[in-house]
Amino acid sequence: MDLATFAVQCLNAVQYGLLLFLVASGLTLIFGIMGVINLAHGSFYMIGAYMAFALSPLFGQNFILMLLCGTLLAAALGYILEWLFFSYLYQREHLQQVLMTWALILVFEELRSLLVGNDVHGVKAPDWLAGSIPLGDLMTYPVYRLFASAACIAIAIALWFVVQRTRLGMMIRAGASNRDMVRGLGIDITRLYRIVFAGGVALAALAGMIAAPMASVYPGMGGHVLIVSFVVVVIGGIGSIGGALVAALLVGFVDTFGKVFFAEYSGIGIYLLMAIILVWRPEGLTKRGA
Amino acid sequence: MATMPPTPLDRLPPWLLPMLAGAALLLAQPLLTPYLQDLVLRIVVLAVFALSLELLIGTTGLVSLGHAAFYGIGAYATVMLSPADGPGSIVLLLPAAAGCAALYALFVGAFSLRTKGVYFIMVTLAFAQMAYFVFHDTKFGGGTDGIYLNFPPVLGDAAKPLLDGGDKPTLYRLAAGVLIATYALLAMLRRSRFGHALAGIRVNEQRMRAAGFPTTLYKLAAFVIGGALAGVAGFLVAVKDGVVNPELLSWHVSGEVMLVIILGGLGHLRGAVIGAVAFVLLKEALSNPALLGRAADHWQLTLGFTVIVFVALLPQGLIGVLQRTRS
Amino acid sequence: MTAVLRCEGLTRRFGGLTAVGDATLDFRLGEVHAVIGTNGAGKSTLINMLSGELPASAGRVLLDGHDITPWPQPKRARAGIGRSYQRTTVFGEFSVFENARLCAQASCPRPFAVWQGAMTCKDSGQAAREALAAAGLTEQAAQRTSTLSHGAKRQLEIAMCLATRPRVLLLDEPLAGMGAEETERMLALLKSLKPGHAIALVEHDMDAVFRIADRITVMVNGQVIASDAPQAIRANREVQVAYLGEQQ
Repeated sequence: MDLATFAVQCLNAVQYGLLLFLVASGLTLIFGIMGVINLAHGSFYMIGAYMAFALSPLFGQNFILMLLCGTLLAAALGYILEWLFFSYLYQREHLQQVLMTWALILVFEELRSLLVGNDVHGVKAPDWLAGSIPLGDLMTYPVYRLFASAACIAIAIALWFVVQRTRLGMMIRAGASNRDMVRGLGIDITRLYRIVFAGGVALAALAGMIAAPMASVYPGMGGHVLIVSFVVVVIGGIGSIGGALVAALLVGFVDTFGKVFFAEYSGIGIYLLMAIILVWRPEGLTKRGA
Repeated sequence: MATMPPTPLDRLPPWLLPMLAGAALLLAQPLLTPYLQDLVLRIVVLAVFALSLELLIGTTGLVSLGHAAFYGIGAYATVMLSPADGPGSIVLLLPAAAGCAALYALFVGAFSLRTKGVYFIMVTLAFAQMAYFVFHDTKFGGGTDGIYLNFPPVLGDAAKPLLDGGDKPTLYRLAAGVLIATYALLAMLRRSRFGHALAGIRVNEQRMRAAGFPTTLYKLAAFVIGGALAGVAGFLVAVKDGVVNPELLSWHVSGEVMLVIILGGLGHLRGAVIGAVAFVLLKEALSNPALLGRAADHWQLTLGFTVIVFVALLPQGLIGVLQRTRS
Repeated sequence: MTAVLRCEGLTRRFGGLTAVGDATLDFRLGEVHAVIGTNGAGKSTLINMLSGELPASAGRVLLDGHDITPWPQPKRARAGIGRSYQRTTVFGEFSVFENARLCAQASCPRPFAVWQGAMTCKDSGQAAREALAAAGLTEQAAQRTSTLSHGAKRQLEIAMCLATRPRVLLLDEPLAGMGAEETERMLALLKSLKPGHAIALVEHDMDAVFRIADRITVMVNGQVIASDAPQAIRANREVQVAYLGEQQ
């Protein structure tokens, strides 16, 4: 493999990993703070992608504006969903949460089928992000993919800022490590949960919107992202955003380079990675087992 | 048994009702139309599959979200190990299907039982997805199209078989026999020392360790047995449909079978069977245009809402409803 | 009297915090060896390291002279180290008899003989009946455990420990939440268990400790500050300061 190809694969790995990080960070926060296992999280990614498909003709070249608008819509959806549905799941056993969120996937899939049908769609990147830049003598790299990575990095930094430097972030961190303590401190738990949930949904949907121009928008896209996100959360450790970042990048590299070297069997690569890490750290990279 | 909450039917000997039901199942076969026989066959296969998961979730407390992998592997093993030019032998293929599924369960269990709680749920799902990918993306299992079972397996000589898997009534009786045997096996397991230990692990694993039980070994044994039985269900579905495809290993199937045992009632063997009956009938009803008109096209939506309402209001399942109406 | 169970230099660190530091203690047959100290002194951590639930950061645990430090808890339990818990860990859905029988089953031969019913197992049934009789619970054997009084549940906790026929009993606050009459019953039981058992007793009830213990170890902030006969402990200046200081 020459240097240019290697560079391209590295960039692809990072870009995929960063997108996964957006989805997984929401999942790990929702689980870490509210203790809810949410199978429908992948559906929010799908909703984001379909939103991009629906909004793109309206916004035209104002791509960033569309992303912002979509994020706000998704956050609103998340806020309402938490209020109407998820808040009733917190006290229930994992098994019931699994079933109810699984049923929610069915509902989302059918609603999508009713509203926009089951066709596969494409979303065009805006002109100012189209095209490629040269990498070395022979290879080029799509501008949009660089934009995607940059956008994810910007969001990751913003997320870091909120979690580490704001009062909301302090409550989130406290909640992730000790839910009962946060309740005992008199913080408005209901509001906090609602905000965290809305944020998680927004992150997943945003990832879907950013991903839409790069891959097709199709009905089953939520399912695959969901399971890979679970792998990221297991590897990184529940509740840890930093762990999710490291794990997402690891998964990105294993998956991307796996496709290069192992072709059709590459799909199992990330699960073998998970298996190996479980032998060493059964609760993820960031937690030491007793 | 000391581990189950008492139901009103406990005044009768525990084996009486299941035995009567099993006898009724076998005797009913000549009286049913081909459509109904096929429906019952679908229920029976799902019931065997659900019973195998009940051992894991209801008895041992292992919430596995990747059980479809063992079901699918059993099905694929049946097809892939069948000879290309004539019918295979049931005596060889059924245990082989169970064995292949059990092997994968051993692999998955060895890694996933290192984790607990929600990690375990996610890890079992992930390993099932791994198996799904092998059959979906690679040429190993014929890819997305799947493979056909050209000759259904038989018992005995190929020219004059004792049991012909291709004959629908015979398959019905074979499947019913497998269901009865599976139910009896699990009932025996649950009342044995092994079964009592599994129940103890479900209630308080730490206490069991403190008493001296090597709990991981017990959980692994349960996981492998559950996997093997799921493989048996896979054998049945492969013979029934004559074709296998990767969707048998999908997480939709894993979720459905989990729903079935909750629907019937967790912690009871008959819950798995009742759930299978209810689920197949429910699916039939929801997708029947004569009953629901246009809504039948979007039966998944109705199913989704039904599940949400059901789990929210009746977490004890249909058996719970029975208990409450009697008391 | 030789030590059945012994720990040498047993230490447990959690990050920067030393929960138990360099504990060297003996537990002998026929003796009640009480471990006392204020909250957070490391008593439960010590018991957890002896039972095998918590790995030690440093030091050794010896059973009859053999180094069992790397042994996991189930192995230690089968070798004769039983324990009871501070929080009641009985199996609520099962009967009182089944609770004891299940614990006794751990040492039954042929655990995977699935064709045999559990309730007909002679070994575990016998051990369970003996344990329940010792704990005074024979009359309630058929009752569902969740319906027992708190004191009866604590007795069952001990019975479950006894059902495994251990030589060493690690008892973590068996008197917790008990009234006067129940405490008397429990102390009489512990006294009757002394011959043939080495008993490690973590307790807060000082009257009970001084009545029943043959030796007392005092822990403060993870360190053993004294380990001696009860009278010597009572007269020990350091112990008085540690306790009186806390009480004021």
